[in-house]
Amino acid sequence: MADLLLEIFSEEIPARMQKRAAADLKKLVTDGMVEAGITYESAAAFATPRRLCLSVVGVLEESPTLREERKGPRVDAPEKAIAGFLRGAGLTLDDLTVRDDKKGQFYVAVIEKPGRMASDVIGEVVEATIRRFPWPKSMRWGAGTLRWVRPIHSILSILSKEEGAEIVPFDIDGIVSGDTTEGHRFMGSGRFSVTSFEDYEAKLKAAGVILNAEDRAETIWADATNLAFAQGFEVVEDAGLLAEVAGLVEWPVVLIGDIAEDFMGLPPEVLQTSMREHQKFFSVRNPKSGRIEKFITVANRETADHGATILAGNQKVLFARLSDAKFFWENDLRVSLDDMAAKLKNVTFHNKLGTQAERISRITALAREIAPMVGADADMAEQAAKIAKADLSSEMVYEFPELQGLMGRYYAQAAGLPQEVANACELHYSPLGPSDVVPSEPVSVAVALADKIDTLTGFWAIDEKPTGSKDPFALRRAALGVIRLILDNEVRVSLSEIFMRRIARYEGERLGRKTGEVITEFSAVLENLDASVNVEKFREDYFNDKRPNQNSEATRSLLESIGEKKVNLLAFFHDRLKVYLKVQGVTHDVIDACLAMPNNDDLTLLVNRANALQAFVKTDDGENLLQGYKRANNILAAEEKKDGVSYEGEPELKFAEADAEKALFAALDVEEKAISTAIETEDFAAAMAALANLRAPIDAFFDGVQVNAEAQIVRRNRLCLLNRIRVVMHKVAIFSALNG
Amino acid sequence: MNTEFAGKPTSFQEIILRLQNYWASKGCAILQPYDMEVGAGTFHPATTLRCLGPKPWAAAYVQPSRRPTDGRYGDNPNRLQHFYQYQVIIKPSPPDLQALYLGSLEAIGIDMDLHDIRFVEDDWESPTLGAWGLGWEVWCDGMEVSQFTYFQQVGGQDCNPVSGELTCGLERLAMYVLGVDHVMDMPFNDPQSPTHLSYGDIFLQTEQEYSRWNFDVADADKLLKSFEDAEAECARILAAPITDPKTGRDIIMVHPAYDQAIKASHMFNLLDARGVISVTERQAYIGRVRALTKSCADAFIQTKAGTL
Repeated sequence: MADLLLEIFSEEIPARMQKRAAADLKKLVTDGMVEAGITYESAAAFATPRRLCLSVVGVLEESPTLREERKGPRVDAPEKAIAGFLRGAGLTLDDLTVRDDKKGQFYVAVIEKPGRMASDVIGEVVEATIRRFPWPKSMRWGAGTLRWVRPIHSILSILSKEEGAEIVPFDIDGIVSGDTTEGHRFMGSGRFSVTSFEDYEAKLKAAGVILNAEDRAETIWADATNLAFAQGFEVVEDAGLLAEVAGLVEWPVVLIGDIAEDFMGLPPEVLQTSMREHQKFFSVRNPKSGRIEKFITVANRETADHGATILAGNQKVLFARLSDAKFFWENDLRVSLDDMAAKLKNVTFHNKLGTQAERISRITALAREIAPMVGADADMAEQAAKIAKADLSSEMVYEFPELQGLMGRYYAQAAGLPQEVANACELHYSPLGPSDVVPSEPVSVAVALADKIDTLTGFWAIDEKPTGSKDPFALRRAALGVIRLILDNEVRVSLSEIFMRRIARYEGERLGRKTGEVITEFSAVLENLDASVNVEKFREDYFNDKRPNQNSEATRSLLESIGEKKVNLLAFFHDRLKVYLKVQGVTHDVIDACLAMPNNDDLTLLVNRANALQAFVKTDDGENLLQGYKRANNILAAEEKKDGVSYEGEPELKFAEADAEKALFAALDVEEKAISTAIETEDFAAAMAALANLRAPIDAFFDGVQVNAEAQIVRRNRLCLLNRIRVVMHKVAIFSALNG
Repeated sequence: MNTEFAGKPTSFQEIILRLQNYWASKGCAILQPYDMEVGAGTFHPATTLRCLGPKPWAAAYVQPSRRPTDGRYGDNPNRLQHFYQYQVIIKPSPPDLQALYLGSLEAIGIDMDLHDIRFVEDDWESPTLGAWGLGWEVWCDGMEVSQFTYFQQVGGQDCNPVSGELTCGLERLAMYVLGVDHVMDMPFNDPQSPTHLSYGDIFLQTEQEYSRWNFDVADADKLLKSFEDAEAECARILAAPITDPKTGRDIIMVHPAYDQAIKASHMFNLLDARGVISVTERQAYIGRVRALTKSCADAFIQTKAGTL
């Protein structure tokens, strides 16, 4: 057994690539070894800014000899066949042995593959690894042919055994492997040789390099929090930044500094973003004032003046950076939000969907339309929608795109706009993910809905739907956002109607752009598409005052296409809703039973019904009632098929003979009324309670009554009674969709 | 290295002189600035064209650079619409280029024992030059002092061998070394000299003048016309027959054509500062300048300087 130590020493590796590169190095080298029969016990990989390192413990020094027996042709086979076999095996006739079987004698080749030395295998594997290493970006340097993330300076490659270490010899494009490396660029002193991983790690540490990135991150975080704590401050957590900074240093030294008073007027998010993005500084908060007042920087070395020069330099850079941020902030404050919004006329949103300004005007109209449905003031929703994206043209957002929305809020506040309008600037992007907070202020809700619905209908209109894993415009997220906005705020809205009008408007705009013509003979076609569409409103929106043209074939196909897109978009919403509700414990069959009911584009109604039904089917009554329903359904289906008629007529009490039968008539009369009232008032719990009351009479009916009675009139009446059970229950949900 | 300069430098010009001496001692040809308006030292044909083709090359020079959108009327402590870049370009990139670079920092008085020098990933791309490379921005105590790039492609051509390029904004570097907080306060010549001049004495007024002109007064229509003229002239020059009818010699006029590409690029920068270029148009303009540089690069590798 031996231990392998491999180090590829290069110029500075980008911090973001180090972790992945260490893992890739480990996988490629160990896979290559194992493939060649060189097994090992364990392996670990490390990265610093200047090196990738792999330590493999318990490496087999020589791969085992492999013995293979290959069955050949019979001894009396044609010469050609035997010659071919010999060629394939790389042997001569003398090397073959002859064996017997039932059919006679045949040749056998015994091929021995001798074991290979680990060092030979490793040399080849390392070269192959370096030549096909999956860097996200790689480069050439000098006049060489190698590609690596940055120029390679040396490769250390040793196998250490009890009797000592030996170099695994190889030469890759002129780089000859050795047993030496260097420490820290400034704190180390020249090259040194190593004999094992332990020796390597210890000598590196003495030369100013902490090999393990996790150790570096831990040191940084512990020192940073201690330094801040000692001054009564706290470090703002930022795991991404911590990992990045750990990849920028080999010997972290944490320093704390002050932010000049001049910049305390800047929003804290601006301070934080500027410091993180440009300087890789951590923000340090004063818990008393809640403000960011200090910063933490991580140097890569110790100095004689304990970092005083380094800190002073960093502080000066920060001053310049924040001066810039202040310049942007003050410039932006001088521009009105309306003027900012006007600049968006020159910014393309999507080449088929027009400019940002056009998009905003669509969102504004829609926000106004949605406002009354969410309890928002229409004028205020309009005002908010008009300026909600204005900050996209601000200097600050140009510099820091991640501050979009937030800057809008600050600028709206500074302009003295109503708080609801300012909030909408920030919150209309929400919710961004499944766990993001859903806005509840009506103005924000109106603009957030309008923004997302405009995006969705727009991309549906131009047929840019998400497919498989591809969703470049985050349309699934937008749909989930709409769903959560509607459900959390119990918004009542017919999505079909809105989708129809929006998609029609997009199509109208496109057509108008293309031909300058308007469409005719549309209403009949339109009415056939979906009964819930508000035709008058559609007509008004779509035509304004223009005269229709005569091209009825084009009209028909256009309207069909609008209708298909609308139906498709609603189906997309229903799919997203199923995924969302499943997490909340509503099963797919329950949703399907509710989706089959009318007004399924009203998501609040749909989900209220589904929740009530889900609760009901879990109860004893619910389960039994479902069994009764299925039984009724099965009997009906079988008899209807046999008789070739459908028993949809009204059953009559006068033909009822048994008591249980009469009782069911009575119960259905009572509960049907109760259900109708409950459904009218959308009291689904009451509807389920009424259904529960049917369980006992239905059970009793099946227990005591023979449906297929001798007398045809009685039988027919009973089948119609079963049908009535189905009809009454379908007023609540389509129970046939339920499993059970 | 010239021993005349010992200890810390005292002026902006001393830093420039020290850099010139240092890189001369390392074997670079010390060139003079290119006599056209450019946005960066990379535009100098000593870099853009000479990094193409197989011939070894080593040059260093100061290049006055103009970035109209960065004008701040001389108010910002270190943002200027006109500044100086120091540029070193060596082909093929030597294995000790990082060490050579650190030596240049020592030469201008940066004490390697007190400062924190870092190489932070920064891949360089110039859409107008059709060029890209991998490298770093070099930080000294958190301050970006240089750009360090291994050119992979320029003018759409693969760089083979690869050139190593070092670029730095001289004002920012000098301010740092001299401990000056505002660029306008920086001593330009020796503060002990009878007529001592600060950076502001020389450039404050011009920064104000150019900021106003760049942002508000430049005639956008004339700039646009000038852009189009340069574009047309570049194409016309390269379309000329290789053999000069007068002398009978084969002369590909790469540099005159490239001058027109530089000019178009600067006109684009001025138009941009005037705020008359929309986002969609922007890409189109950049593409037009890139087409010019690309055609110059294609022509250069047909010339003597661009082949073995």
